[in-house]
Amino acid sequence: MTDTAQVRQPERPVVHDEGGMDYLERLPRKVVTVYIPLAIIVFVLLFPFYWMGISTFKTNAELHAYKGIQALWVYEPTLENLRYLLWDTEYPRWVWNTMLVTVTSTFLSIFCAVCAAYSIERLRFTGARYVGMAIFLAYLVPPSILFIPLAIMVFKLGLFDSNLALILTYPTILIPFCTWLLMGYFRSIPYELEECALVDGATRLQILTKIILPLAVPGLISAGIFAFTLSWNEFIYALTFISSAENKTVPVGAITELITFDVYNWGALMAGALLGSLPVAIFYSFFVEHYVSSMTGAVKE
Amino acid sequence: MAVLQEALPVQDVSFWIRLKNNRNALGFLFMLPAAVMLLVFLTYPLGLGIWLGLTDWKIGRDGVFIGLDNYLWLFDDAVFLLSVFNTFLYTVVASLVKFAVGLWLAMLLNNNLPFKAFLRAIVLLPFIVPTVLSALAFWWIYDSQDSVISWILIEMGLRETTIDFLGDPNNARASVIAANIWRGVPFVAITLLAGLQTISPSLYEAATIDGASEWQRFRFITFPLLTPIIAVVMTFSVLFTFTDFQLIWVMTRGGPINATHLMATLSYQRAIIGGALGEGAAIATAMIPFLLGAILFSYFGLQRRKWQQGGTDD
Repeated sequence: MTDTAQVRQPERPVVHDEGGMDYLERLPRKVVTVYIPLAIIVFVLLFPFYWMGISTFKTNAELHAYKGIQALWVYEPTLENLRYLLWDTEYPRWVWNTMLVTVTSTFLSIFCAVCAAYSIERLRFTGARYVGMAIFLAYLVPPSILFIPLAIMVFKLGLFDSNLALILTYPTILIPFCTWLLMGYFRSIPYELEECALVDGATRLQILTKIILPLAVPGLISAGIFAFTLSWNEFIYALTFISSAENKTVPVGAITELITFDVYNWGALMAGALLGSLPVAIFYSFFVEHYVSSMTGAVKE
Repeated sequence: MAVLQEALPVQDVSFWIRLKNNRNALGFLFMLPAAVMLLVFLTYPLGLGIWLGLTDWKIGRDGVFIGLDNYLWLFDDAVFLLSVFNTFLYTVVASLVKFAVGLWLAMLLNNNLPFKAFLRAIVLLPFIVPTVLSALAFWWIYDSQDSVISWILIEMGLRETTIDFLGDPNNARASVIAANIWRGVPFVAITLLAGLQTISPSLYEAATIDGASEWQRFRFITFPLLTPIIAVVMTFSVLFTFTDFQLIWVMTRGGPINATHLMATLSYQRAIIGGALGEGAAIATAMIPFLLGAILFSYFGLQRRKWQQGGTDD
């Protein structure tokens, strides 16, 4: 069993000398060439979130009356926008729908992806390579060219305006990516382990569940987070297949139901955007490393 | 194995055992869930979409085959041609800026910085947060009356009046492109950063000793070693920018006077709102050749670069 210690070591080129020639850089120079541009870019990247947060807690009067520098801060914080959102709209319902659809389609996709990746990477049936290529190409098919035919299919299947329509269509986005990701993980698990198990009389299913999956947990987590954020993000299918207010997901509900007449209730809209972003942001913050490594790893394949 | 099996009496080798030992049969079984999902909800609609583009299908009424009429009609349609132009403008400008800023950000983050992991995590936030929701924030930032950008410019004395970000055609184009860049830079930056981290500092040290300038180190070390990753990242970026729908739909719905209509938004408007599913599908299908072009370009671009990653050149 000494092999297991060496199993989960992804091939990462070894970079010696942390810091490199950094010692040659003088501080004032580094401030101008690195810190200032970095600060500006990070500021621009984060400002919309700040603005979203600030606007959530502003009263309507404060949102529209700019008084000098004060606009960048809240002076009369109010929870009115959140109260309106949570009690006077169907927002909680949309959160529940999104959760349900996201979690179900994530698990469905992971299941399909695990089987497919194991099959392509380990069983190596005839033509496995081409199936792998096809899976990759499937990832490149964008939802914006599929939504019209899918709308017709969903309608004919009688799934229009139901959660099931989304649960069944989201995996088309998720499976290709998850499979591709897991193929990379499975590849890093040595063949010898599997051969030992085969000699000991294990079936392929036992090998998959007792050997491969426990070793591929980081990959499963990465695929899970990716699938979760992708389906939480999804918009065009939900916009097309769902029509009644109580079945909408957060992104669709926020832009179709919160905008009443021509007067935009910016406070409530921003509150909706903030609350809708939080679950993904929190989920992401727990698994940043997995997320980053899977994203960069999948691209490097 | 084969010898052993032949030695056994035939009835002992049950169907089940043969199945368990047949890689192709097992492979097929394991592929089944994913294959069914993808064939039914991806391949079939892809074909259906292409066929729909050749019919006059409307909502509530099945269509009949009308050949290339949709396409002939579209090529005379000024709005469609404008949307093609917009799509190209949007994709080219946004991708170039995303690449430039992303590469720059990646190189900045590749320095020895305090809180590096934390910085990397927050830089990726725009990519994580649902696009529709951040587009809402941009919509509010671009508000014609109470835009925070207008307000800051007025406060600094650079402008007298507010800017009509989404009301004027060219302003609207620039605004949605800016929002798209904001959303796409983190992905480009973080993936390129991962590529940068695999370049050994000793290469830079050797080059410096040989007298290479900063530009030469970038031009002859960083850039060539990074090209394979750049190719992949930019393919993804181009594909997803080209087929973008969410940002535009939230902020402008294609307006003002169709100035920001992309092919995806136009096809949604014609098909789902206008009810002309056939025509919408034709617009969506018209995107496929461009997507294929982008994929082939990067595929062949990548093949030639294999040797740079230590692979062989065949």
